[in-house]
Amino acid sequence: MGTKRTIELEVATSGVDAQGKATRVPLGVADQTGVGILTDREEPALGGDHMLVNIGPQHPATHGVLRLVVELDGEVVVRVIPHIGYLHSGFEKLGEYRYYNQIVPLTDRMDYLAPMSNNVCLALAVEKLMGIEITERCKVLRVIACELSRIISHLVWLGTTSIDLGAFTPFLWCFQERERVYNLQEMWTGARLTTSLTRVGGLMADIPDGFTEGVREFCATLPKTMDETDRLLTRNGIWCARMQDIGILTAEEAINYSLSGPMLRASGVPYDVRKDRPYLDYETYDFEVPIGEKGDVYDRYLCRFEEMRQSVRILEQALDRLPDGPINVDDSRVSLPPKSEAMSDMEAMIFHFKQVMDGIEAPVGEAYMPIEGPKGELGYYFVSDGTAKPVRFRVRPPAFINLASLPKMAEGHLLSDLIAINASVDIVMGEVDR
Amino acid sequence: MNPTVQALRNKFQGAIGRGAVSCGDTIVYVKAANLSEVMAFLKEWPDQEYNYLVDITAVEYRDPERPLEMVYELFSMARRAQLRVKVELDKSDELVVDSLVPLWNGANWLEREVYDMFGVRFAGHPDLRRILMWETYAEGHPLRKDFPLRGRFSRAEQVRQALNANPEAHYSMEEISIAEAYHEIPAEMRERLARGERGKLAEPENS
Repeated sequence: MGTKRTIELEVATSGVDAQGKATRVPLGVADQTGVGILTDREEPALGGDHMLVNIGPQHPATHGVLRLVVELDGEVVVRVIPHIGYLHSGFEKLGEYRYYNQIVPLTDRMDYLAPMSNNVCLALAVEKLMGIEITERCKVLRVIACELSRIISHLVWLGTTSIDLGAFTPFLWCFQERERVYNLQEMWTGARLTTSLTRVGGLMADIPDGFTEGVREFCATLPKTMDETDRLLTRNGIWCARMQDIGILTAEEAINYSLSGPMLRASGVPYDVRKDRPYLDYETYDFEVPIGEKGDVYDRYLCRFEEMRQSVRILEQALDRLPDGPINVDDSRVSLPPKSEAMSDMEAMIFHFKQVMDGIEAPVGEAYMPIEGPKGELGYYFVSDGTAKPVRFRVRPPAFINLASLPKMAEGHLLSDLIAINASVDIVMGEVDR
Repeated sequence: MNPTVQALRNKFQGAIGRGAVSCGDTIVYVKAANLSEVMAFLKEWPDQEYNYLVDITAVEYRDPERPLEMVYELFSMARRAQLRVKVELDKSDELVVDSLVPLWNGANWLEREVYDMFGVRFAGHPDLRRILMWETYAEGHPLRKDFPLRGRFSRAEQVRQALNANPEAHYSMEEISIAEAYHEIPAEMRERLARGERGKLAEPENS
């Protein structure tokens, strides 16, 4: 695939003649040829035994506890066999033993780089199952949560990828910006990482004073950092050489591998759940969906980069339209009554007691709810038999499905390209292994 | 209800079971024997074009009489239509269903996960191994309802097995066969493999 490169050398370059051949060679070789200059001869065949190299599960370039067994012919990857499951926690099994609201903390720990979008997806799935329409304020706040999650997830991706490819500075910039969002998350939910933001029918808390100002400030500072990173990386020779024409997937292959998110869009497929299966009124926001042309690692970088800018646009629109009003639905099945009522009113106290002790009962049925998570199409699938605990709690994990295309992408590339390709998948092992 | 259900009935008649709508999603039941052809029709027929395989999973109900269900979530990018295809597998029979890997490469890991978690076998799958649990895992299939939440073995037994595992237990038979092709397997490991302690290794040619 690579373009043909010619190297022009001056005749006077020491040690090399006009054709670019070495004029001085080790003595033994010079003796054999007799003229002191290497003659045109075949490269010696160095192909031979293949090597089996084990990378991970504790290797920093595997982004977590991913283990890759790589069959190498010299430095060329013949086959990649991923081993996953080192972080398997049985969340899907645990979910079958939990009330719906008790599953929220489990979702924090799946895609732990973007916990809030997981929380939102879970709540939306249960609400779809129960047929609950959430309040306007809640919708806008959830959009803010989702877009903040997308930004911090992409920031981690950009930072760690640049580390993998040898650039240290963007890593520090990205993580500095991410800390600002973590401060906002801490303001809102009291936790930096395990946010447990949503409840069925609403949120665990409304935003505190100063939160919107904090988000606005972040929306102002992030583009600056991104512009700096853009100048440092996008036209950087090393960055381009490590990324362009590496790990190409065509549009047909990307769909065939069920890829989603930036991985799919980089291959030129304009599929975004926010546009194609809108939820949370995303169709009313003005934003673009970036798509790539070639489907290589570089296009994935460009797509994610542009998505962050678009997320900032969505955040600004969401802040502008944030309406006043309640965050929880007025539905005694799912929302706890106000504490003052629960203490004074008999009926309110019974509802409170029922919900806490018996959980929320979902009607018989099943619902699959996809959202556009930072990694791709994140879907929660619930099957209910009418009790307060789901019969089946299934997560459609975008990182898991995207990772399945790794062996296909890495085939025939160099070992060092495997690191770039693996970075471009944007995996988070908590979600891959669940 | 999605008009695809009627189109399927017209085309495949008896192979299509009941259709249903739950929370706005259309569900259609298909007989296990006809799964491949129905899926190929849905994927490739011009009016259908369900080209995107969203998810494969399985559901086992708490009622032991109810069959285990395979669930295939499909989406048509061109038409923005959703369809959930289900296959009922009687638990008293062998749990086997056709693999969809010939149609979608994305089915590969998803089917491996269902095999790992539910014990459903996929006929024609190129590499049906456990994926989330390790390959020598002997406690069964964790998402089955008869599987206790804390696992079948005691914690002490699990630790004992983990500590006693031989190095080859960490590699798949495919990887071991690569090492074998280049004579990189140590003698003691070869002996254990020959005894069948970790799968079977093909006899080396003319050695």
